[in-house]
Amino acid sequence: MFRLIRMIKGRQWGLFAGAALAVAVQAFLTLKIPDYMEDITHLIEEQVSDLSAVWAAGGGMLLCALGALAAAIASSWFSVRFGTYFSRDLRKTVFTHIESFSMTEFSEFSTASLITRSTNDVMQIQEFVARGLLNGLRGPAIIIWAAVKLLGRYRAWDVVTILILAFMTAVIIFLVRYAHPRLRKRQTFTDSLMRVLRENLTGIRVIRAGNAEKYMQERFGDANRVLTENERKAFEAMCLMRPSSRLMNNLITAGIYITGAFIAARAAGAGGAASAENVLADMVMCSGYAAFLTRSFMDINLAFNQFPRANISSARIMEILDRKPQEPEPEHPEVPERAGSLEFRNVSFRFPGMAADAVSDISFKAEPGQTVALIGPTGSGKSAAVSLIPRLYDPSSGEVLVDGIDVRRMAKKELRSRIAFAAQYPVLLTGTVGSNTAFGDRGREKPDDEDMRRVLKTAQAMDFVQEMGGLSGEIRRGGANVSGGQKQRLSIARAIARKPEIFIIDDSFSALDYKTDRELRKALKNELRGTTVVIVAQRIGTIIDADRILVLENGRIVGDGTHKELMEKCPLYREIAATQLSGGQAV
Amino acid sequence: MGERKEYKLGSVSMKTDWGGMRGRAAEKPHDFRRTVMSLISYARKERGLFFLVIFFSAGSALFTLFGPGKLSVITDIVTEGIRTGDFDLQSVKTSAAYLVIVYIIAFLLQYAQRLAGVKLAESICFRMRRDTAGKLEKIPLSRFDSASFGDLLSRTTNDIDMINDSIRLPFGDIINSFTLFAGAAVFMIAANLPLALISIVLSLAGFAAMRLIIVKSQRYFVGSSYWLGAVNGHIEEAYAAHQLVKTYNGEAEEAAEFDIRNGQLYENKWKSHFMSGISNPLMDFIGNFSYLAVCAVGAAFAIQGKISFGTIVAFIVYIKLFTTPFGQIAQGFTSLQSAAAAAERVFDILSEKEMEDESGKPAAVPGPGRVTFENVSFGYTPEVPVIRDISVDIAPGTQVAIVGPTGAGKTTLVNLLMRFYDPDEGRILIDGTDTRDLRRESVRDLFGMVLQEAWMLEDTIENNILFAAENVSHEQVIEACRAVGIDSLIASLPQGYDTVLRNDSSLSAGQKQLIAIGRAMLLDRPLLIMDEATSSVDTRTEQVVQDAIDRLRAGRTSFTIAHRLSTIRKADLILVIDNGEIAEQGTHEELIAAGGEYAKMWNSQFAEE
Repeated sequence: MFRLIRMIKGRQWGLFAGAALAVAVQAFLTLKIPDYMEDITHLIEEQVSDLSAVWAAGGGMLLCALGALAAAIASSWFSVRFGTYFSRDLRKTVFTHIESFSMTEFSEFSTASLITRSTNDVMQIQEFVARGLLNGLRGPAIIIWAAVKLLGRYRAWDVVTILILAFMTAVIIFLVRYAHPRLRKRQTFTDSLMRVLRENLTGIRVIRAGNAEKYMQERFGDANRVLTENERKAFEAMCLMRPSSRLMNNLITAGIYITGAFIAARAAGAGGAASAENVLADMVMCSGYAAFLTRSFMDINLAFNQFPRANISSARIMEILDRKPQEPEPEHPEVPERAGSLEFRNVSFRFPGMAADAVSDISFKAEPGQTVALIGPTGSGKSAAVSLIPRLYDPSSGEVLVDGIDVRRMAKKELRSRIAFAAQYPVLLTGTVGSNTAFGDRGREKPDDEDMRRVLKTAQAMDFVQEMGGLSGEIRRGGANVSGGQKQRLSIARAIARKPEIFIIDDSFSALDYKTDRELRKALKNELRGTTVVIVAQRIGTIIDADRILVLENGRIVGDGTHKELMEKCPLYREIAATQLSGGQAV
Repeated sequence: MGERKEYKLGSVSMKTDWGGMRGRAAEKPHDFRRTVMSLISYARKERGLFFLVIFFSAGSALFTLFGPGKLSVITDIVTEGIRTGDFDLQSVKTSAAYLVIVYIIAFLLQYAQRLAGVKLAESICFRMRRDTAGKLEKIPLSRFDSASFGDLLSRTTNDIDMINDSIRLPFGDIINSFTLFAGAAVFMIAANLPLALISIVLSLAGFAAMRLIIVKSQRYFVGSSYWLGAVNGHIEEAYAAHQLVKTYNGEAEEAAEFDIRNGQLYENKWKSHFMSGISNPLMDFIGNFSYLAVCAVGAAFAIQGKISFGTIVAFIVYIKLFTTPFGQIAQGFTSLQSAAAAAERVFDILSEKEMEDESGKPAAVPGPGRVTFENVSFGYTPEVPVIRDISVDIAPGTQVAIVGPTGAGKTTLVNLLMRFYDPDEGRILIDGTDTRDLRRESVRDLFGMVLQEAWMLEDTIENNILFAAENVSHEQVIEACRAVGIDSLIASLPQGYDTVLRNDSSLSAGQKQLIAIGRAMLLDRPLLIMDEATSSVDTRTEQVVQDAIDRLRAGRTSFTIAHRLSTIRKADLILVIDNGEIAEQGTHEELIAAGGEYAKMWNSQFAEE
């Protein structure tokens, strides 16, 4: 929490200082009010015939009250601005930081948890900073001040005050011990509830198809029950606070009046009516202070309630901010000339937490303009290998070179501006065909409408795009309104629009029929003249005329050559070919 | 700047439509009263607790009200004693005992009120979460095509938390405060009318001011909830598209959109917080001011001998009892406001139109498996037909393959078969019964289905394979995995079948498809649909699992959608779909011989330019 507080910047501290100052003024003026009460009590008791003295004291008190009001409004303005300003920046910091994460961090934290951390956890901190922090400052200040004014007058009142302070402290300690650990757990339970619900949404077709609604409801029910049960226990304990506070407030007032009566009786016996009158005035004033005393415990408790939540939330956020992406930026980035050469040198790679290498000891080189294809059985490491090029992961050993430089020595942004990556499962963003096609930063101007139309045509997407209303055609969340094959074609258009030096196609033709596939490849060939192409594919037809084909099995290269060469020397390739090119077709 | 931003900006509206953000920006006035009424009617089940809260809170307030009278008595004894020198200490003792007892009872009642409040809130919110999640299962699939998951998640967590926070305490507090307020008024009037009137008039003025603040700030509360949902929606989408954003250097674009939404959230948030923050100090001031007025006027009365000093003391306490509730009422209403804004968003989901209730319809009985399409036409939107007048009769046990260019309507046919959607025209019969005359779930029970994108739970591999299947032993799970050839891979993982699948990296897309096939095997349904189920599995592995798939298909009517023509060569019936119609049908040999579209497709996989 304290580390998070250190992130507060200059102008925010100004707002906080303003809030603190306003709170101090407010506390001072508020505690001045009982003093005027005492004066007024005296005046009434003395039964002065002239009311002007009462008016004067009343005027002073009114000014104090007005001042306290103004100070309170000011403190609210400052503290609210401070809290929301801080949380706005914090939310932004967290978002930007998570955006810098690599896939490793994403799978480690899980997307659902990252979402809660960027939203719910930031909220908790905002609530604490906006309200709790000030309450936490104001409460103790007023308690000390009021206690100082109360104590040392009469022994009986000292006893009452101390007993009540002790009781309230005990209540707060109980809450910190019992309720707060439960509040802390609440966040974890919220996380799992979110996760289950998110699964309900992402898998909705599978769930409905399998009539698994009930099963999913049970999963959700479990998470819901655990969450509710824990929450109930925490809140039940916290119920103690306000009734205790009111009871103490009542008892301290009653205590002051009751013991006051005895004290006054003794004073009257010892020092006559005048000293007894003083006791009466003290009674009125001190019960005024006493009211602030218990109310401030409420303030402290409020802060205490928010603190554990905010504290755990900030720990969860710091965990994010402390995590530097697994693939760090180089200290002295190099900018090689853009050419489009690509080389793997003895590259091995293992996914975090996996027992075996996904890619082991792969070496090959692609000259600018060449097409290299990767083919091999499911799980042979094709996708893993190409994901190393834009540094979605870094190799466990060996190096990947782009334009003659190890990718780890280039700024990621620079590296990625040379690459276009068409993923296996294309993702479209809410927006339009145009916004999706032009998505990203390629280190130069965004493509204009003309460019976009051209690439959509190349990607064989123009016919259905036209039906959708052209470039301004709407794309719904996740591309829900286009089919799988259409998504792939839009994703390829997006990749072409980048005009990259290196074009990576990760099995992005899988949802296309053969005819579209062939036409697309034909068009691409023209478009990508001079571009280095790395293509992962299932179909031999797709890669048949690549300059070089690498056959992968269990992460290793078991065949390397052109289609013709491989048909002769690579048994695995022949086998793959045989399963596809059946029907006695000579190739 | 891309087009996307303009699109989003122009189209973000205050409407609480969770289906994305379409429609013009219009700040709809939100009906506070109606939402509160729906909330109350939703809480009908908890009415016992509801009345308990009211009972306890009113009771505790009443007991608190008896205090000041006794304080007044004690004060009068003291002033009397000062004048006469004779203190009636016995009466003080009795009053003391009385006060302590009354206060402790008030304490117990208030404690009980709060406990009941917690129970009430937890019970309502538990049901609310359950109902929202349950509701999502009953809404037609089409509604989710454009839904923002982040926003939906935010509604079921953040918004329900907000409702909890405002039912738990503020609700009881408002009752308590109103009782205190009314009771204090009665006691004051009984004690002294002019002083009472002064306090009441001043307080009502304060109340009016507070109401104004509440009304003014309502839109900012609604705005806060709305923009929080918008921010969460954006975060969810950006994180889900993480790989894309990274490889395309799209961080700046995402950040720009984020800033717009985050900025709006900030504006609305601080304004709503600030305005609600004013009401408390304002009430403090009214309290102090009434106190002052009572003192001044009371002093005048006391000097004239009209009232005793004890009455003034009692009034001082009454005023506190009379004005503190204002603060609490103000706070309570502020919370209720947030709750109303939140509840409105939750009720949006709960009031969403459900799929037709079919509990009256008979269940489908597993039969031989004849499937008939009779003049079926369908479009997701009325203007764009996707399926046009399709008729085909499929004999039991037929292995049907559906091929055709991308976007021809193949998946839509499956959607209609599974009753994710119902045809606009024509009908689909299974074993002679129109599927619309059968219970939806029972129709789906007839099918095993494997989809292109293998969806996995964030759970162990074992649970993923088991999924909704019941009475399946661990051995059967292993057997299914062996059949699809992933048993040895799973066994090689450090945690084996207990490995928890997260997001993506641990298994490849193809391996996940194999798990999905294993899942379908365990479900063991009479009909089978495979929609590009092996598209990420290479042909060689596919041949390995072909045996298993053949066994899965044996004796069942099956529908296979595949681009890889080698996969479907052995099908009994190949339907070539083009532009929503059946262009050709027949076996592989027949279609090749016919030399039509299929033959062209078949030959094109070998032809190279």
